[in-house]
Amino acid sequence: MNSVEFRKELFAEERADNLSEIGRPTVRQDILGHVTGRSAYYDDHLFDGLLHMRCVRSPHHHARIRSVDFSAAERMEGVRRIVGPADVPKNLNTLLSLINFGKEDEPLLSERKTSYRGEPVLAVIADTERQARGGGPRRARGSVANGDRRRRPPAAAVRVDWEPLPHVLDVEEALAPGAPTVNETYPGNAFEYHGRYDHQKLRFGDVDKGFSEADRIVEGRYRMSPIEQAPIETCGAIAAPETGDRYVCYTSTQALFFSLSTTAKLLDTASSRLHFVGGTVGGGFGGKVDSIVEPMAVLGAMLTGRPVKFMWDREEEMQVGAPRGAELWIIKDGVAADGRILARSFTGYFDSGAYTRLSSYAVVKSTGHLPGPYTIPNVASNVFCVFTNRTPATAMRGFGITGVDYAIECQMDRVAEAVGMNPVELRILNAYRDGDMKAHRRVAKNTALIECCQVAAQKAGWQLSPDALRQSSKEGGGGRRSAIPETATDQVGRIGERRRSQLPAEPLAGPGPRGRVPAGTAGPATEAAPPQRPDMAMDWEREKSPAAALPEPARPSISPPPRIPASGISAASASAASPQAAEAPYAPKAPFSRGVSKPGVSRFLSGTRRR
Amino acid sequence: MPKTPVSFNLNGVETSLFVDGGQNLLDALRRGVGDLTPKFGCNQGTCGACTVLINGRPLLSCLVLASSAEGDSIVTAAGLADGPNLHPLQRAFMDGFAAQCGYCTPGMLLAAKALLDRNPNPAREDVAEAISGNLCRCTGYAPIIEAILAAAEVMRRSSRT
Repeated sequence: MNSVEFRKELFAEERADNLSEIGRPTVRQDILGHVTGRSAYYDDHLFDGLLHMRCVRSPHHHARIRSVDFSAAERMEGVRRIVGPADVPKNLNTLLSLINFGKEDEPLLSERKTSYRGEPVLAVIADTERQARGGGPRRARGSVANGDRRRRPPAAAVRVDWEPLPHVLDVEEALAPGAPTVNETYPGNAFEYHGRYDHQKLRFGDVDKGFSEADRIVEGRYRMSPIEQAPIETCGAIAAPETGDRYVCYTSTQALFFSLSTTAKLLDTASSRLHFVGGTVGGGFGGKVDSIVEPMAVLGAMLTGRPVKFMWDREEEMQVGAPRGAELWIIKDGVAADGRILARSFTGYFDSGAYTRLSSYAVVKSTGHLPGPYTIPNVASNVFCVFTNRTPATAMRGFGITGVDYAIECQMDRVAEAVGMNPVELRILNAYRDGDMKAHRRVAKNTALIECCQVAAQKAGWQLSPDALRQSSKEGGGGRRSAIPETATDQVGRIGERRRSQLPAEPLAGPGPRGRVPAGTAGPATEAAPPQRPDMAMDWEREKSPAAALPEPARPSISPPPRIPASGISAASASAASPQAAEAPYAPKAPFSRGVSKPGVSRFLSGTRRR
Repeated sequence: MPKTPVSFNLNGVETSLFVDGGQNLLDALRRGVGDLTPKFGCNQGTCGACTVLINGRPLLSCLVLASSAEGDSIVTAAGLADGPNLHPLQRAFMDGFAAQCGYCTPGMLLAAKALLDRNPNPAREDVAEAISGNLCRCTGYAPIIEAILAAAEVMRRSSRT
C-alpha cells in the first residue's frame, strides 16, 4: 500500500521529496552520548556553591491557609532563604496565556488556600538538600494510607495552620449544585469556553432527528483513570546568575521556549535576561511541559544570588507531577438496522485537577477529533474541562485523543453487538473516506481506516466479507458526503446556568433559544451550496498556497448571515466578513532593549563533569 | 557534620574523597568525584538508573553508603569504553537503537556487563532477568535485550580468536 500523499500546499517549496529513511536502520545522532553516559541532562552541570530548594506542600486535598510560621525554619542550620508567595512578582498564571487562552488561575506558591494535595505554599533554600528538607514539615513515617498521621506532621519547622475544606474528586460531583468551589477563577468548576459556555460545543446536523430515524439506540459510559508519566529523570532545573545581568537555567523541560516565556512572565522580567539550556530530557512523555520548576529555580537564584537547584524527588514526581487527567465519556449512538450510524452524541468530562494547565486545550483537541474516524451525518457534543481537588492534569502522549478513542472504539464494539454485525465490517461500513466532511468542518484527507481494518483483520486471521475487502478509502467519499448538513444550534450550558438550575450535562438538554444554521460547504461556494459561514471561505483561502490559488471565490451568497444570537460570535463573523482588508504582519512595537551581544557565563559553573 | 575519608578504585583510578556520614555513593560519585554517568532516578532503589558495579556486582549506588565503599573496586559507565574504543555492549546499543532518552542506559549497560562477565552465553530469559531491576520508561526493552544478546555474541567471537 504505497498511497501516502502529503499535504504539499504547506511549505511545499521548502521540503525535499527524497525522504527514504523508513524501513532502514539508522543511528540516532545523540546515541553516542547516551551509551557513554555523557549526554548532559540538566542535573549533569556542576556548580560551586549550589543551593537546594524544597517546597512545603499541602497535606490536604483542599484547605484554607490560616497562617504560616516559618520563624523556626529560618533559623535552622544551612537555611538561606524562605521563599513565599509575596516573593513571586506575578503570582498568578495560566500556561496557555502565552497564546491568550484562558484566565489566570494558578499561583506558583499559594497564599490563601490550596486546592490539591501537594500544592506548594513555601519554598526553603538551604546549603544541602537534607537541610532544605529539614526546613519543611517532615512526613509522618509509616503507611501512606494513614491519613490521621499525615495530618499531624511531627516536628514541623514550618508551621502551617490549615483549615481543611470539603473537597471534590469526581467530575460529575464537581458540576453538581452545591459542590465546593475548587478554583476561585472558575466558580462553576468548569473552564469557560469563548466567554459564553461552561463546555466546548460541537454541533453538526441534527442528532435528535438522527436518533428518531434510528432503529437502535446504543449508549455507553467510559472512564479512564489518571496516568502518571513517571519519567526516570524527575522534573527539575538549576538556575544561576550569569554575567551580563542574566540568569542561566538548565532544565528538564520538554518545551524550552514555553518554559522561558512562562518564567519571564511569572518573574516579571525580560525574556532576554533568561538563558535557558535544555533539550536533553530523561524521559518526558508530556509531563515536563508545565514550567513550574524553572520559575522556582530562577526565582531562587534571583533571591540568593547563588546557583539554586529545584529538583522533585520521586514522591513529588508521583504526587504533584501532573498526570494525564481522568476522563469520562458518555456516548449515545442512533444506529440503522444495517449498521450505519445515523447520529452520535457525546458528553465528555476532562478532569483538569485543581488548575487549567493544558486541559482546556485537550478538550478543544478532542472535540476536533469527534466523532472519531467515521462519517456520521449528525454529531453533537458537550465536552467539559472540569476542576476537581486532584493533582492538576497535563499533557501525555496524545492527550485529548487517547481517552476518547478508547471510548469510541469500545462503543463501536457495543454497536456491532447490538446490530449483530462483524465489528471490523461495522468500522469499514462507517469509516470516513477521502473527501468526507468531518464534524469540525474540515474535509478528511489521506484517510486510511478502511485499509488499516483490512490489514489488521488479515494479520489477526479475522474473516471479512468480499464486499468489505473491496472497499477503499479513496472511493465513495466526497460528493454529498462533503457537504455540511443543516445544523441545529442551541445555547444550553451558558456559564453559571448548570449549577444554578441543576441541569444535566448532555448535549441539547436544557433551556434557551434553539436555531438552525443552513446547510453549506466548508470552503468556496460550489454549485450545490455556499460556504456555511463566511469565515470558512477565509480559512480556505489562507490555507491555499499562492501558486495554487483558485479563482476569486464568489462572495458568500448566504443571506442573511447565520443567526447565532450572541455578541461574541457575531462580532467575530463581522470582522471576518472583510477578508480583503489585508492585515499588516506582526512587528514588535519597540526593539528589544535588554538584548546582549554575546551570551554571558556563570561564574559559578564549574563544568559539566570533572571526569 | 563530620566528614569521613574514603578511598576506592573508580574505573581503574585510585580515588579518595571526604564524604558525609549519611551520603550515598550515588551522590559521592556525582558531586564528590564528578562522575556524572550514574543517574538519579528514585533515590529509593527501585529504578536502577544509578546501577554501578562494585567488585563486579551490579548494585544500586543510591542504597550504598559512600563511607562503606572503602577499598572497593567500582565501575561506572564512564569506565566501559577503552579510550575511543567502545565496549561491545555500547556498540550493540548504538547499532540496535537500544536507547531513546538515554537516562536508563548507563545503569542498563552495567547490569548487562555484570551478566556477561558472569555468563558469556546467556539465554533471552537470563538477559530479561538481569535487567529486571532497571526501568526504561520509554519502554524500549525489546531492543535492549536484542542488543545485549548481540553484544554477547560479539564478545564470544572475539574471545575465541
